[in-house]
Amino acid sequence: MLYLIQLLNAVQYGLLLFLLSSGLTLIFGIIGVINLAHGSFYMVGAYLAYWLAKLTGSLWLAIPIGIVIAFGIGLLLETTIINRLYKRDHLYQVLLTFGLILIFEELRSILFGDEVHGVAVPALLDFSIPLTETLSYPVYRLFVTAVCLVIAGLLYFIIQSTRVGMMIRAGNSNREMAASLGVNIPVLFALVFASGMALAAFAGTIAAPISSVFPGMGNQILIICFVVVVVGGIGSINGAMIASLAIGLADTVGKVFAAEYSAVAVYLVMAAILLWRPQGIANKA
Amino acid sequence: MASITLPRTVLIFVALLLAFFPLIGATFYIQLGAKIMIMAIFALSLDLLVGHTGLVSLGHAAYFGIAAYSLALISPKYEAASLWLTLPAAMIMAALAALVIGFFVVRTAGVYFIMVTLAFAQMLYSIFHDTRMAGGSDGLYIYVRPELSIAGFKPLDLESPTQFYYLALIFLAIVYVFLDRLLHAPLGRALAGIRANEQRMSSIGYPVFAYKLAAFVVAGALAGLAGYLAACQFGYVNPDILAWHQSGIVLMMVILGGMGRLHGAVLGAFSYVLIQEVLSAPALLGAYAKHWQLAMGSLIVLIVLILPHGIAGFLDIALRRYSYRFSRDQRGDGV
Repeated sequence: MLYLIQLLNAVQYGLLLFLLSSGLTLIFGIIGVINLAHGSFYMVGAYLAYWLAKLTGSLWLAIPIGIVIAFGIGLLLETTIINRLYKRDHLYQVLLTFGLILIFEELRSILFGDEVHGVAVPALLDFSIPLTETLSYPVYRLFVTAVCLVIAGLLYFIIQSTRVGMMIRAGNSNREMAASLGVNIPVLFALVFASGMALAAFAGTIAAPISSVFPGMGNQILIICFVVVVVGGIGSINGAMIASLAIGLADTVGKVFAAEYSAVAVYLVMAAILLWRPQGIANKA
Repeated sequence: MASITLPRTVLIFVALLLAFFPLIGATFYIQLGAKIMIMAIFALSLDLLVGHTGLVSLGHAAYFGIAAYSLALISPKYEAASLWLTLPAAMIMAALAALVIGFFVVRTAGVYFIMVTLAFAQMLYSIFHDTRMAGGSDGLYIYVRPELSIAGFKPLDLESPTQFYYLALIFLAIVYVFLDRLLHAPLGRALAGIRANEQRMSSIGYPVFAYKLAAFVVAGALAGLAGYLAACQFGYVNPDILAWHQSGIVLMMVILGGMGRLHGAVLGAFSYVLIQEVLSAPALLGAYAKHWQLAMGSLIVLIVLILPHGIAGFLDIALRRYSYRFSRDQRGDGV
């Protein structure tokens, strides 16, 4: 039964990672920009959830408002700064988005301080399902798992079966060709970037009641997302899904069997993949 | 491509300026100067990868931190360790870490390389942060600085800020000359070839993987030297010195100064530390000094957008204009 709980946690964590890394991998695959500030949007989402939930008194209101705000910030960022990076070397993309992280972290410190804040689980979901006499599983975690699955399905549908999805796939496989065939690249890029940011912020808002909100939370998860993208293969949504679950599982297994070295388990998976398939599990060599 | 290094006369002039600085500077500025030179060694080591081999490492603080921790772990608690033993040991530890990590990361390229170097550095960070083997998140103190003695005679006492400054200056000069020689040697030319076109180098028979790994290990060992000196200077190590933030900062120094030029890395370290000192000085900015990272972040964004070749690139252009006018005047066909 204990293992069931750990397995559920692993899946929930893995799916949360998927929300973040799918955006990261798409932004890189389509726009060609490596975005270190992706984790900052996770943090922005979490702090928006904390702030808006306090303001409106309900997480249910905070989540949609938070997503809209994050989408807006993403759009603003893309059209003012990120779009100047398309043709630049990755090095400059890394540096500029590193600068953005410093800005986001410091704004967070100015606006919300450096303390850890908790976000209450909505009353509707604030109970646990008893598994045995002593063990139970919180419903909110199941809710997060379900929501992530719905989003993942939706994302799959959009990319595989809609017109926008077709453009995204076209842009992912050959940017220049897609542009010359009449895809409006600036609009597509802005949309993809802002959607990726909104997804990251959404992950932050729904994770806030579980993980609480704290300084540096975005950077911690960003690096795990990099591992997911490396393992899954850049640009691949399917790869990101498999890798997210694998990393979620590796992290949980690490925590159960070697608490102090739990963080290492995740990187060992990455090292193995680098030896076996340096281009990631979903990409062909 | 601009020249890798400055003319020898300029370098000797700068070295003399640095050597005479402690005669006029207050202790605070001497310590700041030593800190800048240590960061310059760190930036030089990263420039070997970023500027000269085309490998953008975002985990370079790992080797800096490994060497710093090595010193803290092998120093006896109440007596001075010997620099002759601890410095090579620390650099070897950093080089070994670079060899093992490099074995995995060097087989990737481009954006994968960036993410993977960052991830492995973060792995080391979490080991030092989460386990108790090296003080955990509290870090470790180095109570007594290592001593440098030659057959009982001590030419430099590292407890004195001025003498420590000279030690850092000597090491900076050695690293600068070493890298200058290395880059003009066949190894350096091969690295430049790899940076320009990796496929071509591999198709004409160069073992590209081995060359890149060699550059990664040398850069790791030199970062270790900087880390060792930093640990000596502050007498304290904690996991933050190998956090990704530190890796970002040193990359910033390389770009700010102008990558691919040795003097660029030094200029970058110098400018970055000075900018940070100014932005975080409460005397100048009052309450905003606490939030200096906001200004620093904005500055980084601006520099990427408007100064793509760094300060050294800017100077190159200015110098070229000047020397053009100068040669025209010499020929007598100036206006």
